[in-house]
Amino acid sequence: MDAHASVGHAELEIPYNVHPRPDTGLYNGKLGVWLFLASEVMLFGALFSSLILLRTGAESWPRGYEFLNVKLATFNTFVLILSSVTVVMAWSHLRLGNLKKGRIYISATVLCALIFLTAKGFEYSHEFQEGRFPKTNNFLAIYFTMTGLHGLHILGGVIVFLYFLGPGAKMWAKEPERYTNRIEIVGLYWHFVDLVWIFLFPILYLM
Amino acid sequence: MALRRQIRVGSQWMYADEAHKALREALRVMEDENLAEAHGGHHLPWIRRYVFSTDHKWIGIQYGFTALLFLLLGFCLMILMRLQLGWPGQAFSVMKLLGESRAPGGILLPEAYNQLGAMHGTIMIFLGIVPLAVGAFGNYLVPLQIGAPDMAFPKLNMVSYWCYFPGGLIMLASFLAPGGTAQSGWTSYPPLSVIASQGQTWWLIGMVFLITSSLLGSVNFIVTIIQLRAKGLSYMRFPFFVHAQFVTSFLLLLAFPPLEAAAVLQLMDRIAGTSFFLPSGLVVSGQALTNAGGGNPLLWQHLFWFLAHPEVYVLILPAMGIVAEIIANNTRKPLWGYKSMVFATVFLGFMSFVVWAHHMFLTGMGTTISAFFQTTTMIISIPSVIILSSLFISLWGGAIRFNTPMMFALAFLPMFGIGGLTGLPLGLAAADIHLHDTYYVIGHFHYVVAPGTIFAMFAGIYYWFPKATGRKLNEFWGKVHFWVSFVCINGIFFPMFAQGLAGVSRRLYDGGMQYAHAKQIASQTNPFMSICAIGLLAAQVPFIFNFFYNAIAAAMGRRDEGLGSNPWQATTLEWAATTSPPLGHGNFEVLPVVYRGPYEYSVPGETAEFIPQHVPVTEPAPRGGVLLPATAVAMREN
Amino acid sequence: MTDPAAAVEPGVDIHEHAGIGDPNAHHHSPEQIRKEMKVYLAVFVGLAVLTAATVGAFFALKTFPVRIAIMVALIIASIKGFLVAAFFMHLLSEKKVIYGVLILTVIFFIFLMMLPVSHHANPFGS
Repeated sequence: MDAHASVGHAELEIPYNVHPRPDTGLYNGKLGVWLFLASEVMLFGALFSSLILLRTGAESWPRGYEFLNVKLATFNTFVLILSSVTVVMAWSHLRLGNLKKGRIYISATVLCALIFLTAKGFEYSHEFQEGRFPKTNNFLAIYFTMTGLHGLHILGGVIVFLYFLGPGAKMWAKEPERYTNRIEIVGLYWHFVDLVWIFLFPILYLM
Repeated sequence: MALRRQIRVGSQWMYADEAHKALREALRVMEDENLAEAHGGHHLPWIRRYVFSTDHKWIGIQYGFTALLFLLLGFCLMILMRLQLGWPGQAFSVMKLLGESRAPGGILLPEAYNQLGAMHGTIMIFLGIVPLAVGAFGNYLVPLQIGAPDMAFPKLNMVSYWCYFPGGLIMLASFLAPGGTAQSGWTSYPPLSVIASQGQTWWLIGMVFLITSSLLGSVNFIVTIIQLRAKGLSYMRFPFFVHAQFVTSFLLLLAFPPLEAAAVLQLMDRIAGTSFFLPSGLVVSGQALTNAGGGNPLLWQHLFWFLAHPEVYVLILPAMGIVAEIIANNTRKPLWGYKSMVFATVFLGFMSFVVWAHHMFLTGMGTTISAFFQTTTMIISIPSVIILSSLFISLWGGAIRFNTPMMFALAFLPMFGIGGLTGLPLGLAAADIHLHDTYYVIGHFHYVVAPGTIFAMFAGIYYWFPKATGRKLNEFWGKVHFWVSFVCINGIFFPMFAQGLAGVSRRLYDGGMQYAHAKQIASQTNPFMSICAIGLLAAQVPFIFNFFYNAIAAAMGRRDEGLGSNPWQATTLEWAATTSPPLGHGNFEVLPVVYRGPYEYSVPGETAEFIPQHVPVTEPAPRGGVLLPATAVAMREN
Repeated sequence: MTDPAAAVEPGVDIHEHAGIGDPNAHHHSPEQIRKEMKVYLAVFVGLAVLTAATVGAFFALKTFPVRIAIMVALIIASIKGFLVAAFFMHLLSEKKVIYGVLILTVIFFIFLMMLPVSHHANPFGS
């Protein structure tokens, strides 16, 4: 097969891009995405930390359940958890060599994500209609900022999934294992986004 | 002792192994060209080769040029400030460059002074030093020093640079905003920064770009170092520079996100009218703010310093790495205490996350918290001392070569020493009451960063210039650059300690002249310091000429013929690659295997004066070694 | 033409690209993968139940002090998070390097959480 490992080649081949390095047991992308997720933990962590500092120092602090749509948010939580299952199913089917099922499950993930974003859109517009904006008070400020940033992360994931359903799918024909790895990596990112919501939901809506 | 086999090729005698290598290289080139013909030429178009390059060497050079230009710009901003500080209220024709709104009639306005101050700090730190130390030196050298063909994610590397450059442009564009650019210090404290003019928003947006660039870069570095190191290159065989970059990358990865979050919150305050950092009941210029209030300005300070303290170790660690490499090479002996230095570096990185509030001693923290941060700050001085002491002790018994890189590296040691020692009173909460926000602080951090890090950067440029270009920078002008810079830089920053102790506050438009207690010392020292600043600027002129003359000559293909690929007789892997390895084709014909530690200079019992890392242990005649006749005879007789 | 350098290519993987769905690639046989898929479905059911429990607990604990409600909610959220991380992100079978990175992150995350605590716990004059 392709023995151009370090010989001049149109595109330089980086070792351990697909096959794991023996002593670490990892391929590059997997280590890369976990490091990225570590930085995201610090990013959302800083926002959680800010929330705690502002709330514990506030004279009065409204409760989310008093006016936010808890039912819709609960529905959204289920949807997002479902999307986590679909993406891990997608990856499993790809590992079994079934591109078709993999694509179905990736599409299901995208669908769930779009449902989530649509529900979020309804939520936001309802809040604006009721005259509740980020500048109204600090609870709403942190609510909109955290759910907004989270929503941007969902959108980012959707774009990447769409890429791998579309032009990125060409990779399967030439390098199926590399494609499977990429879906695993996006899946890990996706699970993290789900994980953030698992904490955001009770903290913002129920406390 | 077995002799190396030699064969005759045409009219030339060659070592057999070298002939074999040349043959493989010729075959590779031919196959390359065949491939090129088959693919209709695989040479990339100019824009993908030089603008959107994915080769770490070219990206490193991109970072280097951009960062050096930003450093010069930040320095020029400071020159304008020093003109004002040395001769407050005087008109200077060069000030007119700032325009009538900032310097009517050539006299600098206080608001403009604040803009210069904020942007000087921001540009030097985020657009200058970090991109130079990590983006330029790190990118160029780390893959070479670990024997890798490139970084783990070349395209991501390209994206990193192309987040940095637009971020820098946005920062520069902020000068054109109505009301001027950011003028709330590089620290951007609210509420002042929240009510500031539009330029502050651009500053925040620029910061988001720069932080993103660093985050992506740090992922790349960590994966590259862990995954792509050559066979046989265990962690304790890394050149110290790689350890420094490794820890630096973890600092960037985990400390920057809180600042990104804080920048988002401040943007929300400025654009969406939130009150994350605005307390209730704020009155500005007689008018109460309409914001909801209930926010906390200290929240910003906590989040900012949570990054900004690890950030200062980002500024110093690569510099220590560079100095360590140059000292080992120019003393012709291994680093003393390499293991301690490595563990100290890791410990330093870890501790840097728990000292941040020593920047906030005067914000009304309780005594328990102050004591906690004071303790951790004192503890963190220990690893710094270990590293500095090891570097000092490494000089003992060395056969020191006083070339230009070594001069800068040697100067780093006492300069960083002064900077570090002057940090101690600042880390003690009680002493900090006197010294906080005075010129003492400015003197302290400039000593670590200016004659500290920047000197190390210069050392690195002089040292690795031949690797990248095949030419050495001119030694004479290098020494001129060094001596004038060294004298002037001390002239600028040493008096600051006296000023600070006498109570001259920082960020004062007139350098302390408005205060009765500070007037005398300010008037005595400020003009002298300003003259030294101008001298320091003048000292950079020979460097700029030296650099560009040789860079352009190299670009035109004129190399120093006698230089060879290892002009400093060094042991680390980057010198095993050819000079200026070609772009896009990896770095080594064959990825090296490492058999030795990084500093096998003057190894007792060996005949060679130095042995590169990739030379096998059993080979009788190490390549690249220079025989010292007397020693060789003595050892052969053992 | 065989590359004479091929024999000395340390540190670089040049074995054949694994075939489609090559079980050896991730050292998982098809049977193992199918077993894992069943686990994923079980975890999904668990997460759905716990989500319902979160909302249920919120209603049930309305009369209790806020501290208790917060703790219960965070505990349930942590269990859900653990399930996602351990099974969906297969952290349970991950390599040491990843654990190392995450442990470091957790430590610094704790420092970050100490930020508001330290701020309020020890005000000036105390």
